[in-house]
Amino acid sequence: MTVLAASGRVWQRNFLVYRRLWHRSIAFGFLQPVLFLTAMGIGVGALMSNQDLSAFGGVPYIDWLGPGLLSAMAMQTATFESTYPIMNKIMWGRNYEAMLSTPLTTRNIVLGELFWVAFRIGTLATVFLVVLFAFGIVRSPAAILAIPVAVLVGAAFSSCLVSFTATQRNDVGFSALFRFVINPLFLFSGTFFPLSNLPDQVEWVAWLTPLFHGVQLIRGLVLDNLDWMAAPIHLAYLGVMLAIGVSLADRNLRRRMTG
Amino acid sequence: MTDQTSLVHARGLTKRYANGFTAVDAVDFDVRPGKAFGFLGPNGAGKTSTMRMIACSSPVTEGTLSVIGMDPRTQAREIKARLGVVPQIDNLDTELTVRENLEMYARYFDIPREVFGKRADELLEFVQLSERAKDQVEPLSGGMKRRLTIARALINEPELVILDEPTTGLDPQARHLLWERLYQLKRRGATLIITTHYMDEAEQLCDHLVVMDKAKIVAEGSPRQLIDQHATREVLELRFTDAVRDSLDGKLDGLADRVETLPDRLLLYTADGERALEQVHQRQIPVESALVRRSSLEDVFLRLTGRSLIE
Repeated sequence: MTVLAASGRVWQRNFLVYRRLWHRSIAFGFLQPVLFLTAMGIGVGALMSNQDLSAFGGVPYIDWLGPGLLSAMAMQTATFESTYPIMNKIMWGRNYEAMLSTPLTTRNIVLGELFWVAFRIGTLATVFLVVLFAFGIVRSPAAILAIPVAVLVGAAFSSCLVSFTATQRNDVGFSALFRFVINPLFLFSGTFFPLSNLPDQVEWVAWLTPLFHGVQLIRGLVLDNLDWMAAPIHLAYLGVMLAIGVSLADRNLRRRMTG
Repeated sequence: MTDQTSLVHARGLTKRYANGFTAVDAVDFDVRPGKAFGFLGPNGAGKTSTMRMIACSSPVTEGTLSVIGMDPRTQAREIKARLGVVPQIDNLDTELTVRENLEMYARYFDIPREVFGKRADELLEFVQLSERAKDQVEPLSGGMKRRLTIARALINEPELVILDEPTTGLDPQARHLLWERLYQLKRRGATLIITTHYMDEAEQLCDHLVVMDKAKIVAEGSPRQLIDQHATREVLELRFTDAVRDSLDGKLDGLADRVETLPDRLLLYTADGERALEQVHQRQIPVESALVRRSSLEDVFLRLTGRSLIE
């Protein structure tokens, strides 16, 4: 069995469970962006309609916000899928122990779970993009590329989060993770307001954080104003994060499962 | 003894954990094909650590170990493909149905669909769960879950089945059903390795036993051999009131080959328990209750370690 086929089996197990819930998941996938865009975009956006929109690249606030939310959704889905469910398979339900009694390896598990997150985010990003289209936000056919970029953002986050989860003995660490890592990233990665509004001293910090790069890429693709000089940097950042995440996740999970 | 005749071959096998604790200390054993091999010992004796090394889920610290003629250090995947593992704590997929559990496991072993379907039906039949094939796993009883775990472990038609405390936590009826199924499995020619801290389980199921205590093997043989070697044919169990017991002091001398003092009773090891009891009465020692029984592995264990199996 090749690495790909073996990892595919781990993906398949998750799909078997998901089969019973997919319609619900897709429904939530629609509801989430519709609610956010209505409340934040139309509601908050209305307050800004008479303001100078140059900070948003000259587009209405709702248009500027939409693609940012898509990117944030990728991070949040990855976070959800890579914490409790993984912890459950490590220690509460012991699914990995069962898998590791077969020819599957920890690497197969890590890659299989990553394929799974990629699939989940791929479907949710597609739904999200349809919503953006319905709201008249999509400016270019290149917007379709926002789907693979969202998958990359999710996979990069997921790999690092799985490597973190593999080191945890209980779920206490997760609330710290949500509060001190995921939420600040959600708020300060240029999703809700342009980072140029921040003081110059902290603006550069955004460049160090992963979600920022995802937001820049996806917004550029959807609004058809991508900075082609910066794009390779954004992609490289996420690619390197993914590579480091995968190798750490494999190492940590192997240490955890074999002693 | 060569590797060809033993399915598992261990010499000086040692497991030391990162914190310095030695769980298995230089043990030697051979598991013969077609036999049920048991590790008997109290909790913490090193049984599970030994099993985990055989199952390639825990690296060998020192010594040699070969499983089905292969080295767990370098051929873990090949070995696992030919093993069936029944863990101590159930790790079924509770989000899937009974049959899906088998189906998914078959996929992990890369068993083709057309082969798997027939095999799953047979296995569900074998563990008497055909009726529950489409049910969720969660509401099943403990005994049913165990049986499903065993069916799952057989999906790859393993040459060697490893069962870690297969009946711990089950009620007597469920245990007997499970023993009966394992006995059938043995009759079909499977090689079993079983750990247990129940002597009745070891006596029922195992052809050959090693007794483990504090990371070492302290005795080895068939259940009958162990009893013959380390215990007398019969045991007289005596209970006294505290007052009588405190004043016994030598009054039982010469009645038995050996006397073990337990917190609640005295065990007199002798070839003829009834005769010993008669003599106790003749000496006019007031007995609260008396029981004559055959020696068991429990007595062997007590003799070898000075402690009871289940504390």
